Amino acid sequence: MADLRTEFIGIKSPNPFWLASAPPTDKEYNVVRAFKAGWGGVVWKTLGEDPPVVNVNGPRYGAIHGKDRQLIGLNNIELITDRPLEVNLREIKQVKRDWPDRALVVSLMVPCEEQSWIDILRKVEDTGADGVELNFGCPHGMSERGMGSAVGQVPEYIEMVTRWVKQHSRMPCIVKLTPNITDVRKPAQAAHAGGADAVSLINTINSITGVDLDMMSPSPTVDGKGAHGGYCGPAVKPIALNMVAEIARDPVTRGLPISGIGGVTTWRDAAEFMALGAGTVQVCTAAMTYGFKVVQDMIDGLGDWMDEKGHTSVDQFTGAAVPNVTDWQYLNLNYIAKAKIDQDLCIKCGRCHIACEDTSHQAITSMVDGARKFEVIDEECVGCNLCVNVCPVENCITLEPMAAGSIDPRTKRPVEKDYANWTTHPNNPMAVKEAAE
Amino acid sequence: MIANLPEISMTQTTAGPDIATGRLPDDAYAENFSDLHPLLDPHEALVEADRCYFCYDAPCMQACPTSIDIPQFIRQISTGNPTGSAKTIFEQNILGGMCARVCPTETLCEEVCVREVAEGKPVKIGELQRYATDHYMGEHGASPFTRGAPTGKKVAVVGAGPAGLSCAHRLAVHGHDVTLFDAREKAGGLNEYGIASYKSVDEFAAREVDFILSIGGIELKTGMRVGANLDLAELRAGFDAVFLGIGLGSVNALGIDGEDKSGSLDAVDYIADLRQADDLSTLPVGRRIVVIGGGMTAVDIAVQTKLLGAEDVTIAYRRGQDRMNASDYEQHLAQTSGVRIMTWMQPKALVAQNGAVTSIELERTREQNGSLTGTGETVTLPADMVFKAVGQTLVQADLGGALSLEKGRIVVDADRKTSLADVWAGGDCVLGGEDLTVAAVEDGKIAAESINAALSA
Repeated sequence: MADLRTEFIGIKSPNPFWLASAPPTDKEYNVVRAFKAGWGGVVWKTLGEDPPVVNVNGPRYGAIHGKDRQLIGLNNIELITDRPLEVNLREIKQVKRDWPDRALVVSLMVPCEEQSWIDILRKVEDTGADGVELNFGCPHGMSERGMGSAVGQVPEYIEMVTRWVKQHSRMPCIVKLTPNITDVRKPAQAAHAGGADAVSLINTINSITGVDLDMMSPSPTVDGKGAHGGYCGPAVKPIALNMVAEIARDPVTRGLPISGIGGVTTWRDAAEFMALGAGTVQVCTAAMTYGFKVVQDMIDGLGDWMDEKGHTSVDQFTGAAVPNVTDWQYLNLNYIAKAKIDQDLCIKCGRCHIACEDTSHQAITSMVDGARKFEVIDEECVGCNLCVNVCPVENCITLEPMAAGSIDPRTKRPVEKDYANWTTHPNNPMAVKEAAE
Repeated sequence: MIANLPEISMTQTTAGPDIATGRLPDDAYAENFSDLHPLLDPHEALVEADRCYFCYDAPCMQACPTSIDIPQFIRQISTGNPTGSAKTIFEQNILGGMCARVCPTETLCEEVCVREVAEGKPVKIGELQRYATDHYMGEHGASPFTRGAPTGKKVAVVGAGPAGLSCAHRLAVHGHDVTLFDAREKAGGLNEYGIASYKSVDEFAAREVDFILSIGGIELKTGMRVGANLDLAELRAGFDAVFLGIGLGSVNALGIDGEDKSGSLDAVDYIADLRQADDLSTLPVGRRIVVIGGGMTAVDIAVQTKLLGAEDVTIAYRRGQDRMNASDYEQHLAQTSGVRIMTWMQPKALVAQNGAVTSIELERTREQNGSLTGTGETVTLPADMVFKAVGQTLVQADLGGALSLEKGRIVVDADRKTSLADVWAGGDCVLGGEDLTVAAVEDGKIAAESINAALSA
């Protein structure tokens, strides 16, 4: 069995599956249950200054559901911990003592004043926790008070606070980033400049989950009103993957350790984040939906997959997909693929046809010789992949690359064997002579 | 009342047939005759609706005799618009509620559902249709259509079964004045008197009639039978057009000895009594039942007598099980209800004692050069009741010889027009139909459009 042990910025954990700073990590009771279930580490729910914040007493969550009420997106308006600081610190100390092999990182959020950070860092250091995570991401409530994403949206503040933390503490420091920005590389670069040991991302996305059409109020609705909350869960994974990849391949932040967060629900999700450069992953919504037991298959599944691939440790595939993340302009325009429908697998629902016919390239038949049959018309197919995506049968439609030298029936031109991209394309007014990659 | 019924004896004797009422504990009747497929609850409906792929040019829609836009109505359920869903159904089939209950969906829409083809588990189209139509009828009560501006034209619709109701409703949509005649006491035809009671509980047939008539412009006259107190020639003289949806009024006979004895019964008559019974425990039923036939009626009578407490129920069919007109689902229902299906058996004689049937002699059959022959080998089954379910026929005399008939049915063209220019027909009484409720509804709908075109010309 592959070795899942992880060492992330000096913090060891038996596996890369950590629980993110959130309600599941708000107190000893939950964290101990999580460790018993097998979680490799936790980021304790964000501590702030006393007196503690208060939460709304109505709904804190809203959700988007898929088929059979499968939860695919969760939104929350909960704030940082609403328990007294001393209680949290006492419990953190106890848990770390009882579970020395697990990662225990403490999330922090205090005002942008140096003394506030000095004070809380000392208290956290006393607990024996493995490190701190700076919550510069929370998009609701705290941001209105100049904390959370209000800091995370200003790279200069990120750098300043990170520098204070590194200056006044020996603990490893993770900076948690908000996705509610235009270019995630800027805050990551700022964290890096401030001396952060790692970044974690993404925090939640500003969102309104829905509108109650009877009350004419956003949901979740608190006494007739709703405020935007933070969106997370499987629905945000693609956004998170892109942001992780952007930081992983940016020349300034390349090599900066990343803890990947955003819709991790299965071992496969975790492997994808790790392939894009994440050294650990943090999970919240999957646990909040199904309970802590979900970690068991994350551990088994990742281990089995690593065995199958011949990886003996997680660092062997961490970042392996990063070199293949590129910009559009460097994609090979001489690569030509055509959709192909496996007639044995086809159930004749016709979705590929109507999607292509109504919204794309009119490249799939609905009738052949008077019979209901869906076939790709190679003369029209641009290889866009829409039919593959809308087909309800897995592997029924595939995109098959054309061999170099064969004639593309659409353009009537031979498929070139050489790589050529937009940078050299004759239609590009900015074209250069030699293709760059 | 049931014909040929012997004196009821509550105590079993060795000499006479064992036919009795109240074979079951009182509470067993309600349970046995409860809804075969209870209404889906909202979550079940959403989950099932989500299984639909919203196929392009969907095979299910093509398989539906009334061309209901099935992917559309299912999508409307999944979007939380069951009212719109029901309207989509009623637009093509105003008896969508009954069809949802009685259609052999496994040989129509659900047979060609791509999920049936792919995984052997079709979307439960029938149950979803019931979900939508029950929602509509529960919430709104009245037909979603409004009567068209009166045209002053008068149409006689004879027979208030599925074909007649469908035709009358569509004619009312077009603004024609409809007089709807029916021979029985209640409208509904086989929906009211014929189909198995566990498929239409809680007076659904009657409620659906009210729903259809709520459009207005349709005058119902019951107790009016063509050939008795209603004359086709007079109807033609008194109305601008006539639609005949009179069904098949007579039952085929077996043509064997003993058929006239008591205990030899017509399945359709017994089912009609069962449907109209206020208290099922008062219905006499034999201990041992033999049903002759292989169609839906054979299954309906067999299952229902079993549910009434008959101990031993056998369907005897003269060919192989694959040739039975009852669908696979119905055959399965019979067998899981404890009914035995004997195949390659034809009735030879009913044996009676003291004028009452006590057993039936069956002869084994085989197919030789494509035709059925008896092998000479016989089997005798004890029977207190023998039900004939070998098809029904049109009572030709009722029509006074005015119409072209073929194979005992009324000949119609694609517009359901008969050989008489002002007479249309549909449902079981016409040639070439499928003898299904849904097919009758389509006949009525097509005829109404044709009548409207003729009257508007």
